[in-house]
Amino acid sequence: MIKRTVTINNTTGLHARPASLFVKTANKFKSAITIEKDERKGDAKSIIGVLSIGAGKGAQVTIKAAGEDENLAVGQLAELLNSFDE
Amino acid sequence: MKGIVASPGIAIGEVFLLEKVNIELDLTPLAEHKIQEEIEGLKKAIAKTKQQLEEIKQRTLETLGPEKAEIFNAHIMILDDFSFYKSIAANIKMKKLKAEVALDGAIKEICVMFETIDDEYMRERALDIKDVGTRLLYNLAGVENISLKDLPREVIVVANDLTPSDTVQIENDKVLGFVTELGGRTSHTAIIARTLEIPAVVGVQDITNIVKNGDILIVNGLDGTIIVNPSEDELQKYKQKRQEYIEERKELVKYKNLPAVTRDGRRVEISANIATPADVEGVIKNGAEGIGLFRTEFLYMNRDVLPSEAEQLEAYAEVATKMKEHLVIIRTMDIGGDKNIPYLNFPEELNPFLGWRAIRMCLDKPEILKTQLRAILRASKYGNLAIMYPMITGITEVRKANSILATVKQELRADGISFDEGIKVGIMVETPAAAMIADKIIKEVDFFSIGTNDLTQYTLAVDRCNEKIANLYQPFHPAVLRLIKQVIEASHKYNKWTGMCGEFAGDERGVLLLIGMGLDEFSMGAISIPNIKKTIRNLSFREMKKVAEKALNMTTPEEVIKYLDTIINRTTLNL
Repeated sequence: MIKRTVTINNTTGLHARPASLFVKTANKFKSAITIEKDERKGDAKSIIGVLSIGAGKGAQVTIKAAGEDENLAVGQLAELLNSFDE
Repeated sequence: MKGIVASPGIAIGEVFLLEKVNIELDLTPLAEHKIQEEIEGLKKAIAKTKQQLEEIKQRTLETLGPEKAEIFNAHIMILDDFSFYKSIAANIKMKKLKAEVALDGAIKEICVMFETIDDEYMRERALDIKDVGTRLLYNLAGVENISLKDLPREVIVVANDLTPSDTVQIENDKVLGFVTELGGRTSHTAIIARTLEIPAVVGVQDITNIVKNGDILIVNGLDGTIIVNPSEDELQKYKQKRQEYIEERKELVKYKNLPAVTRDGRRVEISANIATPADVEGVIKNGAEGIGLFRTEFLYMNRDVLPSEAEQLEAYAEVATKMKEHLVIIRTMDIGGDKNIPYLNFPEELNPFLGWRAIRMCLDKPEILKTQLRAILRASKYGNLAIMYPMITGITEVRKANSILATVKQELRADGISFDEGIKVGIMVETPAAAMIADKIIKEVDFFSIGTNDLTQYTLAVDRCNEKIANLYQPFHPAVLRLIKQVIEASHKYNKWTGMCGEFAGDERGVLLLIGMGLDEFSMGAISIPNIKKTIRNLSFREMKKVAEKALNMTTPEEVIKYLDTIINRTTLNL
């Protein structure tokens, strides 16, 4: 299992639009992926899961992946979150 | 049936009910053999919902661009989300629930999960899920999904009330008229209807229960009458009335390009109120000499983030360019009160009209005001712009806002960006406090613009959105009139001027008084301009001074109105 923690930098947080991009990307991988913020945990392949962790601006989120492409998955998703710096 | 006239004209057409339908949930458990059928129904409804969302996305893409369309992508993803489907299907199978009930439960579960999010903006994303859920629920129940942006044909929109976000979606050529249960002459619906020049009657109790889709409705925006399924005779009569009204409007057109000068030579400015750059067309068409109020809230609504400086600059520069040398008064953002915006994390307020709104919010979050002022200043070189602060109650607010303005100017100079160094600054006088100390405030600004809608509401302590006390909302109340007089006099004493951008300035009876009180600028919905010019051209300033003096000494609004009506009749007879 691989994990990485990233800070959400865009002004409105991981809301509908960035979240949908995130979910689209997560679905390209075979690994099981979650996204977590504090005590909240969501399935990275489900938009409702991602939205429900409530990651606003400045939130620290942890992406965890387990599976054959876990390395690539965590790398790409973390990079994507970093690119949301509107 | 009768309501309050919100926008003049006569509309005859088919009813289109914009209602938030309450779907009755049938809680009877499913028979075992019905379960599969219910699952199939769910799948079909999902497919249909998806198709609708794709269509809306496509249309939004074409009309409003990719950024606005993106939200529907998110909606489609929510619909496609396997966890969403799984939890509905599980509810159907395990608990033997009907699909509607299962869906309702799933949405509620998700909403509960969202309620515990500590970030308010993120918490409100539950609305997106509710939105999708409601659309799906409608499709499951076989109820038509309704929105003002996909109207099938020309209709009269009937609703409990229209929210600002409903009205920005209106397709102008599809809406013949509006009828709403809530609201008064100054409600959001009324203002939008006048801007779009669509006949509207508001405050019609229970109308959404009285009419159904497809009923024929006559909306008489001249006296507030509503007729449901009229007889052939009535229909003919109103068709003729509508024609007469259109002719009369044509007649008024003659006045639109004439100056507003009284018979004895007092010249006043006639301007228009606008809510978006698109309104400028109507402003020019109706012969306005400037824009007395450019509301900037549209820039902040229906989106996820604050508008950037560039976006604002584009909007302001467009209006400035189109209006050329004519004065355009831009009001800094007036959010709060009845206009809420999710991404600004508004607190729940018991009295939003007395709460965190307009300049109060801007001074709390100066970066919002700074961005706006920068955009206005940068646009100022394209035309003749002025800045106006809303909701001022005291000198300190004016000084604080002006000091932010001074900083922004300094920054622009440092960046080598040019702007109109002589740009004028004024305030909206819409609180009794500002009116009472107008003689002090005027020293800090270049002009006043009286906002009579709020001034009336605050002076008389009458919520203008509450239809139960709509009868107490009386701009002709002597208390309001005295404040208006006081403000105008204060500005004249310092050789400055006062305008008015409230509804009162476009009211024939109001104009009599205002001319008499010496008001310098009248700003109104563009549609009222030709008529008001005509009225003013028939008045004598000297006589109206006496009329105003007399009215100001009267004791009740009714007395004032009755008196003004006799003056109007006399003036009309003299023509």
